[in-house]
Amino acid sequence: MSILSKEEAQKLLLKVLAYSKADECEVSLTGTESGNIRYARNAVSTAGEIGRLSLAVSSSFGKKTGVATIDEFDDASLEKTVRRSEELAQLARENPEHMPLLGPQTFAESITYVPATAAITPDTRAEAVGKSIQVCKEAKLEAAGYLENSTAFEAIANSKGLFAYNKGTDVIFTITTRNAEGTGSGYAARGFNDVSKLDTYTATRIATTKANGSIGARAIEPGKYTVILEPVAVTYMLENMFGGLDARNADEGRSFMSKPGGGNRLGDQLMDPKVTIYSDPFNPDLPSATWNREGQPLEKRIWIDKGVVKNLSYSRYWAGKKNVAPVPGPGNIIMEGGDETIEQMIKSTEKGILVSRLWYIRMVDPQTLLLTGLTRDGTFYIENGEIKFPVKNFRFNESPVIMLNNVESLGKPERSISVESYRSYLVPPMKVRDFTFTSLSDAV
Amino acid sequence: MAGMGLTSFALPKLPFGSRIIDPSEAINGGMDVANKKQLADAALNAAKSAGATYADVRIGRYLNQFVTTRENRVQNIANAESFGVGIRVIASGSWGFAATNDVTAAGVARTALRAVAVAKANSKIITEPVQLAPQKGYGDVSWKTPIVKNVFEVPIKEKIDLLLNVNGIALSGGASFVNSAILAINEQKYFASTDGSYIDQDIHRLFPNFNVTKIDKASGKFQTRKSLSSPVGMGYEYLTPDAANKVSGIVTRYKDRYDILEDVKNATADVAQKITAKSVEPGKYDLVLDPSHLWLTIHESVAHPTELDRVLGYEANYAGTSFLTLDKLKSGNFHFGSKLMNIAADKEQYGSLGAVGYDDEGVKCGHWDLVKEGVLVNFQAIRDQAHIIGLKQSQGCCYAQSWSDVQFQRMPNVSLRPGKTPLSVDDMIKNVQKGIYIIGDGSFSIDQQRYNFQFGGQTFYEIRDGKIVGMLKDVAYQATNQEFWNSLVAVADERDYRLGGAFNDGKGQPGQSNAVSHGSATARFNGVNVINTARNI
Repeated sequence: MSILSKEEAQKLLLKVLAYSKADECEVSLTGTESGNIRYARNAVSTAGEIGRLSLAVSSSFGKKTGVATIDEFDDASLEKTVRRSEELAQLARENPEHMPLLGPQTFAESITYVPATAAITPDTRAEAVGKSIQVCKEAKLEAAGYLENSTAFEAIANSKGLFAYNKGTDVIFTITTRNAEGTGSGYAARGFNDVSKLDTYTATRIATTKANGSIGARAIEPGKYTVILEPVAVTYMLENMFGGLDARNADEGRSFMSKPGGGNRLGDQLMDPKVTIYSDPFNPDLPSATWNREGQPLEKRIWIDKGVVKNLSYSRYWAGKKNVAPVPGPGNIIMEGGDETIEQMIKSTEKGILVSRLWYIRMVDPQTLLLTGLTRDGTFYIENGEIKFPVKNFRFNESPVIMLNNVESLGKPERSISVESYRSYLVPPMKVRDFTFTSLSDAV
Repeated sequence: MAGMGLTSFALPKLPFGSRIIDPSEAINGGMDVANKKQLADAALNAAKSAGATYADVRIGRYLNQFVTTRENRVQNIANAESFGVGIRVIASGSWGFAATNDVTAAGVARTALRAVAVAKANSKIITEPVQLAPQKGYGDVSWKTPIVKNVFEVPIKEKIDLLLNVNGIALSGGASFVNSAILAINEQKYFASTDGSYIDQDIHRLFPNFNVTKIDKASGKFQTRKSLSSPVGMGYEYLTPDAANKVSGIVTRYKDRYDILEDVKNATADVAQKITAKSVEPGKYDLVLDPSHLWLTIHESVAHPTELDRVLGYEANYAGTSFLTLDKLKSGNFHFGSKLMNIAADKEQYGSLGAVGYDDEGVKCGHWDLVKEGVLVNFQAIRDQAHIIGLKQSQGCCYAQSWSDVQFQRMPNVSLRPGKTPLSVDDMIKNVQKGIYIIGDGSFSIDQQRYNFQFGGQTFYEIRDGKIVGMLKDVAYQATNQEFWNSLVAVADERDYRLGGAFNDGKGQPGQSNAVSHGSATARFNGVNVINTARNI
């Protein structure tokens, strides 16, 4: 097994630290056990399991650092790795941004590990997929999906006495269902720390409903529309913005958080007052580790407060340069919601588009965070408070910053997975005015 | 999709399970071939004894070296090695896969059993058994990328000095920021299968690149221009400037040898010009696309939709399906593009990222046509798909990014053949009344069936009445795939042919990266819709 307990990890890390002759030394252990199953055309295509445990040693002399890693754990290998990192440090150039290691910190116990998820076997995965395929066969659709579970731990210790350990589990499930004619497609995505919350049957049912509902899409003119974005679409649209909540890029003048004339937008009202974005390691639906790789404790922190930029992350180096306290980056991202259901949002819409999912989003202009991408897997025209018919997919060119200025209403936040990064976020469905669609696509 | 990242600068990411090593370790040979053969046989025997009807073993040593810098300092030097074994089996008619970094006789035997157990668990929900195209065993064979100078043998200091020199040129030329990097990969792969193949391969890839940024403090606006280098299947010789491998014109571009110091000087001038360039007037334009740009359009609009796994629906849940269907292939008259559209698939091309001797399921590589005179004539297939398009053997398109990932269908190099009649780029531009000449790749996005796409670029030049009249900015073009390729009206001849490529083409679940090249000569597309991408926040 590649998963060590807190005590086992600490014992091993302290043994490695004892070999160190450097000014400063940090050692870290990572272990993963994962399994996956992929299916398409209503049958399993690939499946596998992998286990891996490795140790990294970082040694510093002054501002020179060397790193070495190893996946063998006998005493000779451990000592050899420490020596190698020290040799590499001596050969390295001085890093003007080098920061001294942190001393002991207090970290709260996280809630990221769930034993049931760690106990998943190939048969459990095959059974979960079997249920999903069965739903698709009954709906006369073809299923293509993926289920992956992982158990991972990470531990760090350093020569100044810091020690941190975290163990977590994760399971993700995504399903695409299509009809044989290729005229309808639906999707659902689920992610949990606790596999007992995963219901592949119900998720697949949602995807089949979308697929059958999207058949017979009509073309309507691209342009600016009021849109209702489901959480899967919101997640993918906002993910690029979450990555930009950093002070350094902003201060350097090359981010959407840069202020014309210099500095950053901290304190500016950048979005609609309905928008509040924060991180919290103890959110029960989306827990995270309680520390980061630098050994900094992670706590609840608000990034956007009622549309105002409340915090940007500051690395320890950049914080020192700017004479402010360091702010570690977020361990998770949660956007506050409202109390409207999607049905209520539809009811109050005179003319608009319901978007189930977005796809292939790429940055067009990092300055304004202008993104392009497409809708897919269920796009519907709304008129006078009702869904009238499915519509052909659109390409959009839109900035999430502009979008979050145009929020009309928010629903209840849901855990949702980004299509590409597989990271989970907790975001609400939202209704947004003046969303810019620029062309049509024949893709289903 | 080409890459997952959103930055225009290629940041390195170490493969899963890599360990950092001393640079000197990278040039030892690793485990010897006789040992690998012994371990491979142990795995194959264990799999067969457990009930596998087919098995293959990949013992892989993957070396990565990344040197990254910004302005006057080194950001990171990483030397990493990942060594392990991946075992794939067919048991009870179903695929199973398992991987381990415990490369001992006991470790590989245990992993073979784990793979068989996965296959048997999955066999309960299969609809039909796996059908593998026959493949003869080659016995003991080997192949190596024809490099002149192994990147891993070049001292790190030499690379740092070169990159800091690059950065110095940018900063002294007025750039606000500059990032630069040298990324190198060496895949040492040993493949063995129950068909009787024992294939030893040594594959090398290199990607030197930079990104120059200039900020206009007054307006708070910034512009970037990245390098016009390409990732290549070559050694360090790619970084030796050579006049014969330069393409002159509005800016120098490069073939099989790259002059990074010259290019950064040009990039620094370009980025200053971009700040004051005219914002494009949206509308229809004739586009003249340089190979440093067109490679990405070929990649997204032609190479991906001709992947047979997409056509069949195996990627429906992730990378997408394809507007190219089996019916369109079988009809023999699906006009993907104009008569000038001749697209070749090639796994052997010199200097390309996709060049290997054998693929990752033991099939000798070759080349074939995908589109001939505008008509779709073939797809890209592997062993368990060949029968679906009536092939008697695989086309050798199977690849895994590491020992710990299962191999599956990945694209070969896919390229637009150069024009057969002599045509220079200058002569091509002379005939354009209202056009835009685009150099370098930029933003890219395409739908899941490859109908509708949008591309940006690095630099854009306005063409009026046959002449380049100045630089433009905020340019992106949107088109429908088949319409776009049918608007292809001119392709320069082979003198202008060059390769571009991606180190990190993403596909599959769990996601895997593939390195692939796409060649072309400059080509002209008429009446393409151009949008203006400027916004205010």
